[in-house]
Amino acid sequence: MKAFAKRRLDSWALITIILLLLYLVFMVYPVGNLLIQSVIDKATQTFSLDSFIKFFSKPYYLSTLFNSFKVSISATLLALLVGTPLAYFFTAYRIKGAKVLRILIIIASMSAPFIGAYSWILLLGRNGVLTQLIYSISGIMPPDIYGFTGILLVFTLQLFPLIFLYASGALKNVDHSLMEASENMGCIGIKRFVKVVLPLITPSLLAGALLVFMRALADFGTPMLIGEGYRTFPVLIFNEFLSEVGGDDSFAAAIAVVAILITTAVFLVQKIIARKKSFTMNALHPMTPKELKGIKKVFVYLFSYGVVGLAVMPQCYVIYTSFINTKGMVFQSGYSLDSYISAFETLGNSIQNTILIPGISLVIIILMAVLIAYLSVRRRNAATSLLDILSMIPYIVPGTVAGIALLSAFNSGIFGSGVLAISATMSIMVVALVIRRLPYTIRSSVAILSQIPISIEEAALSLGASKMKTFFKITIPMMASGIISGAILSWVTMISELSTAILLSTYKTQTLSVATYTEVIRGNYGVAAALSTILTVLTVISLLIFMKLSKGEDLSI
Amino acid sequence: MSKIKIEKALKKYGDHTVISSLDLDIRDGELFTLLGPSGCGKTTLLRMIAGFNSIEGGDFYFNDQRINDMEPSMRNIGMVFQNYAIFPHMSVRQNVEFGLKQRKMDRKEITERADRFLKLMQIEEYADRMPENLSGGQQQRIALARALVIEPDVLLMDEPLSNLDAKLRLEMREVIRTIQKNVGITTVYVTHDQEEAMAISDTIAVMNHGVLQQIASPKEIYHRPSNVFVATFIGRVNIMDGRYDHESRILRLEGGYEMAYEAGFDSQKVLVAIRPEEFEMSQKVGGLHGVVEDAVFLGLNTHYHLRLDNGERVEVIKVSSMEESYMLGEDVYLKILSEKINLFNEDGSVNLLMSI
Ligand SMILES: Nc1ncnc2c1ncn2[C@@H]1O[C@H](COP(=O)(O)OP(=O)(O)OP(=O)(O)O)[C@@H](O)[C@H]1O
Ligand SMILES: [Mg+2]
Repeated sequence: MKAFAKRRLDSWALITIILLLLYLVFMVYPVGNLLIQSVIDKATQTFSLDSFIKFFSKPYYLSTLFNSFKVSISATLLALLVGTPLAYFFTAYRIKGAKVLRILIIIASMSAPFIGAYSWILLLGRNGVLTQLIYSISGIMPPDIYGFTGILLVFTLQLFPLIFLYASGALKNVDHSLMEASENMGCIGIKRFVKVVLPLITPSLLAGALLVFMRALADFGTPMLIGEGYRTFPVLIFNEFLSEVGGDDSFAAAIAVVAILITTAVFLVQKIIARKKSFTMNALHPMTPKELKGIKKVFVYLFSYGVVGLAVMPQCYVIYTSFINTKGMVFQSGYSLDSYISAFETLGNSIQNTILIPGISLVIIILMAVLIAYLSVRRRNAATSLLDILSMIPYIVPGTVAGIALLSAFNSGIFGSGVLAISATMSIMVVALVIRRLPYTIRSSVAILSQIPISIEEAALSLGASKMKTFFKITIPMMASGIISGAILSWVTMISELSTAILLSTYKTQTLSVATYTEVIRGNYGVAAALSTILTVLTVISLLIFMKLSKGEDLSI
Repeated sequence: MSKIKIEKALKKYGDHTVISSLDLDIRDGELFTLLGPSGCGKTTLLRMIAGFNSIEGGDFYFNDQRINDMEPSMRNIGMVFQNYAIFPHMSVRQNVEFGLKQRKMDRKEITERADRFLKLMQIEEYADRMPENLSGGQQQRIALARALVIEPDVLLMDEPLSNLDAKLRLEMREVIRTIQKNVGITTVYVTHDQEEAMAISDTIAVMNHGVLQQIASPKEIYHRPSNVFVATFIGRVNIMDGRYDHESRILRLEGGYEMAYEAGFDSQKVLVAIRPEEFEMSQKVGGLHGVVEDAVFLGLNTHYHLRLDNGERVEVIKVSSMEESYMLGEDVYLKILSEKINLFNEDGSVNLLMSI
């Protein structure tokens, strides 16, 4: 094995070590620190499980867990129920305006959930326009939007696009001949969908469902705004942490650990199911959309346009209200740009931050993702495998938990030493975004790299290019287009990120989404609407660039 | 400009041994061909020489320098990959110039050299196109130009002509041969086209299951194959059971044919390898009797398939002529040109004529 000993000491080995160190400092240490905190009694500095006992023995705490599960599972099921047929309609039938609808669906999925929640309150809340309208027409008060119903509504409309995208991707790989074969055997319509199509796309649906479930479980802004008495787990973590700062942080840590355990379990269960059901499909002749007739056509159009309409309605309404004259929580008559003027006056920094923080994060993410993908695809060994595993951990750490872990780890520097005391700076927000978004970018980079035959890089080496030169002149350029479109998607999710930003940002480092949230809470609805509109515009522009660059390729989220 | 020496090479993928203890000497400046069936380890061996495969054991030398631990980029090799490995994000010209740029030549010389090789490979008209829309054959020629243009010490080619039509293949074969000879590049050439191997090689190594069966000149490989595998892999051959009797100096074939045969080994069962052109066929009674079952006219030659009395089928090649031809179902008699045939021991592993 002499040959290997020598090879390992190349520049890639150095990069591996640096990356491992980064993970050690910015992820293993904070999460480990949290774990330790959760089992240490602050007063006596000894091992104790009191915090866990406290959590599991009080119905008040346990009920949040139950609530979270209930609403997340319901939202996942509903998202499946809405997203799957929609994807099927779009694939199997010719629908006028499908292209625009598709873009709208993507836009709807990319906005911050809490904005949806806020908008639904404006529409269907106690003083909502629709509530008033329905009341004045029918004389009956429509059912209450707050609590479980509201969260479920917002989650479903926000998250069904994920199912839609996953299912569309899978349906693209279902061969037309399969559809015809089942038709020959007399299996058509809904029966064919259930018996033939559904089993084929189940693995993708499962993957999508996991994503929906995880997002619903971890979302903090929506239940905070629209949940009222219906307290979910992330809300509990957030409240406990804020109220416990400086006091008994062991309890907050314990709740965070419970959250990680739960997401880990869900993640593993999904992995096991997915492995059992996985098979690869590749369609030579994908389904071609068919023309629709009669009552079926009416139904399909109503469903498609109805769902998409509901999904984009909150966004549109917020944009609309941003132009109304507003005083506090009350919309006045007449239109103006006043909300925008006061938004720019009071919150100049947050727009810069919204571009700067995700921007810096993106550069770091791309660099690290490409390096890690390269190491784990092309240089597999014990160290790079470890790196691979470490890089996947953030999948199972909910945003709020990540925020808490980073805060308590770096509040007074590493191990309280004052080194890297970055808790109130922009750096910690960059770190948080990088950690949370990196796994997705790594995964897509790995997929891209696996498609590139290794012999192309070998050709460069054989022609005398060094390893680094080969990487930068051959590998990177070949990966570029895929990475760029992935990066834009990351960018879009980062600019509307709330759950860690709300914990980590200060007035100086606050982003648009934090500012919007704060304004909503403060009751400055005009400013909130203006800020949210700016955020939406940023998102839409980014998505349009993405679509231009990726030329209709699949979205991978 | 270097000779290659391989001693006791060992290659494993996991627990699966693909090459075990392989020895090889390649002379400076020769065109050395690795010939063998699919999956026998040709690409694997080539990649070990190039430095892209790990080496589980043994030593590799260029001249006297051990290269086991040398970076591929330092070996001054040119490689043509089985799947071309064209850089998709560079134009045809940029692909060809890539290696020259690494060598820090001046711009003018780079352009001149690239032009020359683009022309040689007949792809100058595509020089400024991106490779993705070019045909397989065109891409293959880019790969050839890219490897040849740097005039490496060692040229490694993995089925470099597999995707070209017959005419282009002949032309490119000539181009490779000429450049290789003029510059004196030691070349390892992988193919499973035996005719190509015959035409181009100084030396051929026939490989099976990761073991070199024979290393020799094309002529020798054809006329004195070292075992039955080589005999059947190179050209066509009829293998018949027989027995050699040393006392009476007679070789008896299973089908009842006898002939005088002088050989220096003991009486034993043998396998007799007779190439189709090593028969003499006529209507005159006498010799091995057979019936014509099939005749394929190929211009210069006609191939006949005969059924012998013992049920075996043999293939016979005769130079075609207007006067002489045989009908299906016709009775014919074969004589064997005993000076050309090969005899193998019973399990076919040793050529008895070579072991003396
Ligand atoms: N990376 C690899 N991992 C595991 N096994 C491999 C790998 N590469 C090749 N093999 C195996 O090693 C053996 C030799 O493969 P190799 O590619 O050298 O064959 P080859 O002679 O070049 O065949 P062909 O003429 O089809 O190109 C095959 O059995 C193949 O399956
Ligand atoms: Mg091969």
